[in-house]
Amino acid sequence: MPGTVQSIERAAAILRMLAGGTGRLGLGEIAKSLDLAKGTTHGILRTLQHVGFVEQDRVSGRYQLGAALLHLGTSYLDINELRSRSINWADPLAARSGEAVRIGTVLEGRVLVVHHVFRPDDTFQTLDIGTLLPLHATALGKVLLAYRSALPPAELERFTRRTVVSPRELAAALEQVRLAGWGAEIEELTLGEAAIAAPIRGYGGLVVGAIGVSGLVERMCDTRYRPHPRLVGYVRDAARAVSRDLGAARH
Amino acid sequence: MTERYVVAIDQGTTSTRCIVFDRRGQLVSLAQQEHKQHFPRPGWVEHDAAEIWRNVERLGPLALNRAGITTEQVAAVGIANQRETTVLWDRHTGVPVGRAIVWQDTRTDALVNALLAAPGADEVQERCGLPLATYFSGPRMSWMLDHTPGLRERAERGEVLFGTMETWLIWNLTGGLHVTDVTNASRTMLLDVRSLRWSPQACEFFGIPPAMLPEVRASVAVFGTAEAAFPGVRIGAALGDQQAALFGQTCFTPGEAKCTYGTGSFLLLNTGTELVRSTHGLLTTVAYQLAGEPAQYALEGSIAITGSLVQWFRDQLELIASAPEIETLARTVSDNGGCYIVPAFSGLYAPHWRSEARGVIVGLTSYITKGHLARAVLEATAWQTREVVDAMNANSGLTLKTLKVDGGMTADNLLMQFIADVLDVPVVRPLASETVSLGAAYAAGLAVGYWPDLEDLRRNWHRAAQWMPAMDPVLRDREYDNWRRAVERTFDWIKPA
Repeated sequence: MPGTVQSIERAAAILRMLAGGTGRLGLGEIAKSLDLAKGTTHGILRTLQHVGFVEQDRVSGRYQLGAALLHLGTSYLDINELRSRSINWADPLAARSGEAVRIGTVLEGRVLVVHHVFRPDDTFQTLDIGTLLPLHATALGKVLLAYRSALPPAELERFTRRTVVSPRELAAALEQVRLAGWGAEIEELTLGEAAIAAPIRGYGGLVVGAIGVSGLVERMCDTRYRPHPRLVGYVRDAARAVSRDLGAARH
Repeated sequence: MTERYVVAIDQGTTSTRCIVFDRRGQLVSLAQQEHKQHFPRPGWVEHDAAEIWRNVERLGPLALNRAGITTEQVAAVGIANQRETTVLWDRHTGVPVGRAIVWQDTRTDALVNALLAAPGADEVQERCGLPLATYFSGPRMSWMLDHTPGLRERAERGEVLFGTMETWLIWNLTGGLHVTDVTNASRTMLLDVRSLRWSPQACEFFGIPPAMLPEVRASVAVFGTAEAAFPGVRIGAALGDQQAALFGQTCFTPGEAKCTYGTGSFLLLNTGTELVRSTHGLLTTVAYQLAGEPAQYALEGSIAITGSLVQWFRDQLELIASAPEIETLARTVSDNGGCYIVPAFSGLYAPHWRSEARGVIVGLTSYITKGHLARAVLEATAWQTREVVDAMNANSGLTLKTLKVDGGMTADNLLMQFIADVLDVPVVRPLASETVSLGAAYAAGLAVGYWPDLEDLRRNWHRAAQWMPAMDPVLRDREYDNWRRAVERTFDWIKPA
């Protein structure tokens, strides 16, 4: 068995203390109780604060458990925060690719569109923020499934002849997404349309959403029916830029 | 050939950003740093100008580094800045005299009231195109000269210099060039808005020694070459941030308008080379001037508090952890529950110009939750926009057909929909919400020939999002009436001393 990581043990001890104590605790009290150096304790508290597991009172400077701990099972990143943080990178993606951009997260077994940038050709288009899309039949959804942001639905609904409806085929497609670092959908939801998506990561590399472009299949794919590498590059660059802004380490 | 870029410095109220743009006007890299807000007394807001310069010095190289480029690949740098914020510094040492007084600061309230009654007040307001208000730099300089021992004597000897932020930054970038541009100068109350020269009458009225004032130049022109931050790069433009946003939205034709949603919000309507006098509480301001060409003017509706109301809700009430969460909280309820917030924190700007007004929350009942308050916070921005658009329509005789928007708050989908609803016109966001920076970049690039002409810039503009009005007109009228009644309740709160 590999050795344990000491700082994680210490972090767990601090969380137990804060959970068991009455109200907020000061840095000195925590360090003393655990027989740790103040500097070490402060470093751990700062890290726990960064990930939202601990909060510090502005006035007294004392620590308590953070709200994020209470919502461990649900998405930790507010969807409006995600839109706000990605808007600067979604625009250049639309400009470079010439296609519409969408950002999705998971809501109740489907993809929730949290941001949408029009295809930059000034034609009439309608904002579809708030729309729900199927996970298994979209590039955004497959990326979210591949990184375990959601479980595949029990029943895979067919939308076109090319929709992946067998669980085994879907598992293979998701494995492909993990290997490549991006996913595609080619006429799987709507005939004549294709999309490319890549994961958006938060701290620690956790996938919190997906960003992608979509458009007519003849613009998105080459003659061999495969997504243009140029477009894939743009999507992955944008995903990395948003991830960097959200505090993910480089991948 | 190596690809070349243009860099914008956006020196804003809460932060400074350096952004690298490519030839299509797309953002390549960004570096940003907030600076400290000093609130020494109620109504006072100050910045440390030296801290802001240090940030620019650090952010410039950082932005280039993130883009993977060197200064040789930068065609020009352009500046967009928070307007009216006033910096004084020593000509010989370059050290600021005290802290910069920020545009939101209302310490000149009593002074402004006294000046309103002074002889010549009407002529000065007519000459500079602005109403006498705490918002502008002239009264602020006057206050600083009166309240700093020995300062007036030093200023008269030419030892102390005045600048708004672009002047301060160009001074530091070039190692001692003391210049401003027409848009920033038009916000001091010291500029004759027709001749575009400092007005001797206005200087005398405010008691400002002319030796303190920078040289006024066109906005789109080579000001000089940077020695610090971007050594060897030409400074191609300086514009007040709102004028920069108008430029970034490519509103080059009379009748085109934009509204930028940031700390405050500012609706500017291009009126061309024609100077339009406001009769409805709007400001007459210079939109931009290309070197060697006549200035373009604009009518402006300024709203002091919009995004900063969300910040207040986050930092002072602590009801949300981050600004975007206001939308999440607002969506927990379906309407405002009868509650309205009028954020007259430093009085009301356009179209009311009531410095004695203070904020109110009205319609409170035991039914109201923090969700309703969040709605009221967002709705306040929309209704304030409606008031300004009504004034603009009445003043210009034109009717606004669509509203071009930009700024950080355009990421708030609920707010953008509500603005479309209360204005009853489509709201359109361009494919670059960083239009303040983009405008500075466009102007600088234009000055050095990186872009050939205004038409070329216009071709870069594309629609990224559009919100269509969908509100029942009866409901809209009733809500607007409630809003106006709430606004009336802010008036006359501060009693004359």
